[in-house]
Amino acid sequence: MLIIDKPGLQTSVQDLGRPGFQQYGVVAGGAMDPYAHRVANLLVGNSQNCATIEAALAGPTIRFETDSLIALAGGDLSPNIDGKPVPMWRPVAVKAGAVLAFGMAVSGCRVYVAVAGGIDVPEVMGSRSTYTKARIGGLDGRCLEKGDRLPVGNPSVHAKQWTATVLSQAGDKQFCAADWSVSDDLIPLYGKEAEIRMMRGPQHHWFDEESLAAFFGGIFTVSSESDRMGYRLKGDTLRLSEPRELLSEGVVAGAVQVPSGGSPILLMADRQTTGGYPKIGQAAAVDLPIVAQMQPGAKLRFKEVSVEEAQQQLTQQKKQLSELKLSIELKLKGV
Amino acid sequence: MELKFHPLGDGAIVVTAGDSISEESTAFVRAIAERINHEKIRGVTDIIQAYVTVTVCYEAEAGITYKEMEKKLREILSDISPAGKEEGRIVEIPVCYGGDFGPDLSFVAEHNGLTEEEVIRIHSGNTYDVKMIGFAPGFPFLGGMDERIAAPRRSSPRLEIPARTVGIAGAQTGVYPIGTPGGWQLIGRTPVELFLPQEEIPSLLRPGDQVRFKPISTEEYEKMEADRHAYY
Repeated sequence: MLIIDKPGLQTSVQDLGRPGFQQYGVVAGGAMDPYAHRVANLLVGNSQNCATIEAALAGPTIRFETDSLIALAGGDLSPNIDGKPVPMWRPVAVKAGAVLAFGMAVSGCRVYVAVAGGIDVPEVMGSRSTYTKARIGGLDGRCLEKGDRLPVGNPSVHAKQWTATVLSQAGDKQFCAADWSVSDDLIPLYGKEAEIRMMRGPQHHWFDEESLAAFFGGIFTVSSESDRMGYRLKGDTLRLSEPRELLSEGVVAGAVQVPSGGSPILLMADRQTTGGYPKIGQAAAVDLPIVAQMQPGAKLRFKEVSVEEAQQQLTQQKKQLSELKLSIELKLKGV
Repeated sequence: MELKFHPLGDGAIVVTAGDSISEESTAFVRAIAERINHEKIRGVTDIIQAYVTVTVCYEAEAGITYKEMEKKLREILSDISPAGKEEGRIVEIPVCYGGDFGPDLSFVAEHNGLTEEEVIRIHSGNTYDVKMIGFAPGFPFLGGMDERIAAPRRSSPRLEIPARTVGIAGAQTGVYPIGTPGGWQLIGRTPVELFLPQEEIPSLLRPGDQVRFKPISTEEYEKMEADRHAYY
């Protein structure tokens, strides 16, 4: 069991979401930064879809009832145990009774805490992801609260062995991190600015030329009205070349909708399944994890790419993750 | 009807049948969604059926390209014909109108120069078509409301509308399956759940269904709600 001593902000249980139900109005949802979520899981010997804890800007305080193997990936929210910094992007064995806390958000916005075995809350519609709007998934369909107890599944054999071996040499330390980590080229840098690859949206030709030029290549600021549903962006006003109404149609994460006011909204994990605003662009799936790590005030620059290019990047990332999985398995087996 | 195909980013493709709401488009969209569902195409994760479009989400990370998906969809939809209307179900939704459940019933009546009873009679007298499900889990976009009870949205939206509230916005009517903020005029509430997360099909309504609203008393509402709780 994990015990939540302090909940932090918007802390929730997430996995890779619940695809297959959008025809019934239920969004797929899932981790905002699926890349960090996947890597954190791999580092503790889990499958990539195991449930992790996602926290934004202010992290929770988590007490471990038993010896555990954890990994932290995503934004650097100054994780620490007993006041000592805990390194990210690598496996960390923690002793029963240890308390993981967070401090300042140094870089990025969202951190993922993976525990070997995964957070074992009941599945709802095939997923453990929390969807607060419909009050389903996670723990009672809500964000975590003080005193919550989260069950943990069974770790893999190698994860168990690795943890036991490492902790037997830990002395009086509360935790012991691996002396290896994910290689630097697989750890994203989260700055105050990011270039996001962007495809043309289905209604891009509805917009006037100035707006298209302002959008592809322009700079937009992430506003404070940004959450798991979407990011409201501030920048040049985007206008249609003539007034037109769109019939509501399916939308997906990464779609950039432009309401009549002209300020774009970049849809994220908990968006609605359908929308009636014209879509000027569609962020490449491979870059959504970067968007998810942008704090309010950060600046995004949109670079136009083709669908083919975006899809190539995505398959390349999948290949990288498969390779990472193999090398982590070898490391955990080898101790 | 000629179908159009275009990408929605790197993980979805949109099939369009027509450019305005019509019986023909509705029938095509239903047939297209049914065919794609039936074919169980490898890598397809979601199908979102709307007024004139079907959006098909697929796993691009598994190496499926847009070109392949468009080719596959063109193949299986090459002989598609509109779905027959007779297949739709008729679903009756009991509604307790007015009072605490429908605080805006009097506004809708006054706005249209009607009595509250007349609004109820008109709202429950029509049969509505479920055009699409979207916006929220199990939320039906209904066609067929009588213009005589149309009413503008509230100028400032309510922060929380309770689940199962029946409302009117412009010339549309609908039922909120889950609690949500919104600017609709609220005219009543149903004791029936529209979002069913424990069921295999988690939505009471599906595109193509027909809906009728049946007025019930507060006592009937309370009894039905108590029965629902006993059942779960």
